[in-house]
Amino acid sequence: MATKVVMEALSPTMEEGRLVEWKKQEGETVAVGDVLAEVETDKAVMELVARAGGTLLKHIVEAGATVPVAEPVAVIGQPGEAAGGDAGKGADGDGKQGSGAAGRRGGGTQGTQPAPGGDQPASMPPAPPRAAAESGAAAPAPARSTGSPAPDRPPATGRIKASPLARRIAAERGLDLGTLAGTGPEGRIVARDLETASPAAAEHRATAVPSPSPGPSIPTSQPYADVPLTQIRKTIARRLSQSIGPIPTFYLTTEVDMERVWEAREALKAGQRGGGAAGQDGVNVSFNDIVIKAVAMALRQHPECNAWWQDDHIRYWNEVHVSMAVAVEEGLITPVIRHADQKGLRQIATEARDLATRARERRLRPEEYTGGTFSVSNLGMLDIDEFTAVINPPEAGILAVGRIAPQVVSQDGQVAVRRRMRLTMSCDHRVIDGATGARFLQTLKGMLENPLAILL
Amino acid sequence: MAAVTYRDALNQALREEMARDDSVFLMGEEVGVYQGAYKVSRGLLDEFGPMRVVDTPITELGFAGVGIGAAMVGLRPVIEFMTWNFALLAVDQLVNSAAKMRYMSAGQVGVPAVFRGPGGAALQLGAQHSQAFESWYAHIPGLKVVMPATPADAKGLLKSAIRDDDPVIFIEGEMLYNTKGEVPEGEHVVPLGQADIKREGSDVTLVCHSKTVSVALKAAEQLGSDGVNAEVLDLRTIRPLDAESVLASVAKTHRCVVIEEGWPFAGVGAQVVDLIQREAFDELDAPVLRVTGADIPMPYNKHLERAAKADPAKVTSAVNQVLYRE
Repeated sequence: MATKVVMEALSPTMEEGRLVEWKKQEGETVAVGDVLAEVETDKAVMELVARAGGTLLKHIVEAGATVPVAEPVAVIGQPGEAAGGDAGKGADGDGKQGSGAAGRRGGGTQGTQPAPGGDQPASMPPAPPRAAAESGAAAPAPARSTGSPAPDRPPATGRIKASPLARRIAAERGLDLGTLAGTGPEGRIVARDLETASPAAAEHRATAVPSPSPGPSIPTSQPYADVPLTQIRKTIARRLSQSIGPIPTFYLTTEVDMERVWEAREALKAGQRGGGAAGQDGVNVSFNDIVIKAVAMALRQHPECNAWWQDDHIRYWNEVHVSMAVAVEEGLITPVIRHADQKGLRQIATEARDLATRARERRLRPEEYTGGTFSVSNLGMLDIDEFTAVINPPEAGILAVGRIAPQVVSQDGQVAVRRRMRLTMSCDHRVIDGATGARFLQTLKGMLENPLAILL
Repeated sequence: MAAVTYRDALNQALREEMARDDSVFLMGEEVGVYQGAYKVSRGLLDEFGPMRVVDTPITELGFAGVGIGAAMVGLRPVIEFMTWNFALLAVDQLVNSAAKMRYMSAGQVGVPAVFRGPGGAALQLGAQHSQAFESWYAHIPGLKVVMPATPADAKGLLKSAIRDDDPVIFIEGEMLYNTKGEVPEGEHVVPLGQADIKREGSDVTLVCHSKTVSVALKAAEQLGSDGVNAEVLDLRTIRPLDAESVLASVAKTHRCVVIEEGWPFAGVGAQVVDLIQREAFDELDAPVLRVTGADIPMPYNKHLERAAKADPAKVTSAVNQVLYRE
């Protein structure tokens, strides 16, 4: 029986996709896992993969068409089988295609089981288990089988379906339902879906609450700790949000003497030319790589700046993932250097180069540009002295890096010309207070002015 | 304790209450000389005489009214309906007289009467004789509705019903009369309005009453071998409903299936579901499902009749749904 291929949600925020190119033509044989087409999402160009095998009977849309998530794009079936009746959407009252996942997070497309039933879509967004049959004992089966066309998907309200019990447990444990995949009917999150979701979160809260003063304490065994909002934190959040946009942002600027970093980088380059250990693979460490590393190490010392605003709590990360703003043709994207604090400069340089290249080619996978805990944006190469960057939520801070330029400064009472660089940090005031951000910048400045401190 | 049939447990309750209080008397069709259509009143005519064990004509409206009148002047009648299907003829007396008397006399006159007999379907008695009417009576303010599932509860609840100062609708089951169970001898009183956990469980609550208790227990047994630990909660009294026990069980299991013999629309289960969604909303991990009799007049055909009744397979199917196992 012919099965429909639908536009999948290939990124967490994707609502429609542009079919760039068909990789399989009508009449071609396809196997499960074959790439059917390239699809341009809101973030990248991705592959649409077959979830059922057979013959590609029909392209319902032409290359170049923009298609909403969960709408059919092709039909797969047996050779010679008619594909016609399936081309229209929903007109056949196919009640089983209850795809509910248009905008849902967390499900991903991996692991979606190709359904054995012939009338299941051949590809689909995270498949919710089909609605269970009505109790045979109650009155005759209700409306589900009546003549009105079954909707292809529920309205994209963005509402998260969860059982009342699941909501209560999530609230008690400080879990974000939006990050969970539901296994109940229509993707409903039920209690069992919370069993695996970070049961230790409650302990974090218990340990983190009583020690607000020097910053959050995060058990090192966990990637992060969710800390409930104190009353003063709630008041700060409410009042400052009223003052400035959704994110009450403030800015801190400092100027850093870059002479020592300059020397260190020159030494690295020299070592490289000489075939020294630093540069065997030929990777050039840039100033931006050094800034990323220093930021990561400074965040280690200031976890209060390495955090996510989560509306009803703050998530303090124990891991440091630095988002790196990369300009691309149509805008910008922020690929993430994961665990930047634990990586050497050479590795950071290699990864940064690779991510930037693929970002410009729009070949990044979604997991490569999500999950950062703090951002760095650098316009120094474009001769910008200093600027303010816009926070990349839910992160609480972003560092705007200006150019390195010789400046006349006073040094030890003498006039001197030094290479200087301006850093401006944008802070989400709901998470970071002025003094908190300033202390972080102070540490960062200290590290850059004395690069050996990065090793401490 | 001796194993006693449900009918003999009722007989014990009648005998003991008639001996205890000489204002208690039994009245109905064939209760005396014939000793009851289902032999519930066996031996009572010999023991207590024709003034207290009264055979009546086939006039449900008439003898229900006589009983209510007797109750109003201080006696404690037990009115037997041969079945609750026949009691349809007496509904005016039950609803307009028995249920309203205390209210309309401003509390001066009560009706301490028990109306009892078998309800629901037996086997192939046809559409007119296979009906569960507990939701009708439970709908009426002023009536209590009691439905024992076991011999021990039958005895203990009938004694409480006879001692109660308000009219009690006491619905037995023809298919239950021959069931046996341990029954405490002598004074054994089960208070009205108290549900009973017939089987402890942790994964799902099966709310049931009367004949569906055995249905729920069988389903629970099958589910048990499948790794699901079901709790079986026997309501015992439909009104007043033991909300506390229902809510406590749902708070423990987070999932619930309500089972009843009667039709689904405005049934007893609908009332239980209303209670749960209102008072235990945050405890629920799945919508509460119901297993009921089919929404049709009971078929006479044996196979169709079986298909129309609530049975263990329907209960396990509903349980699998609320556990998201299907």
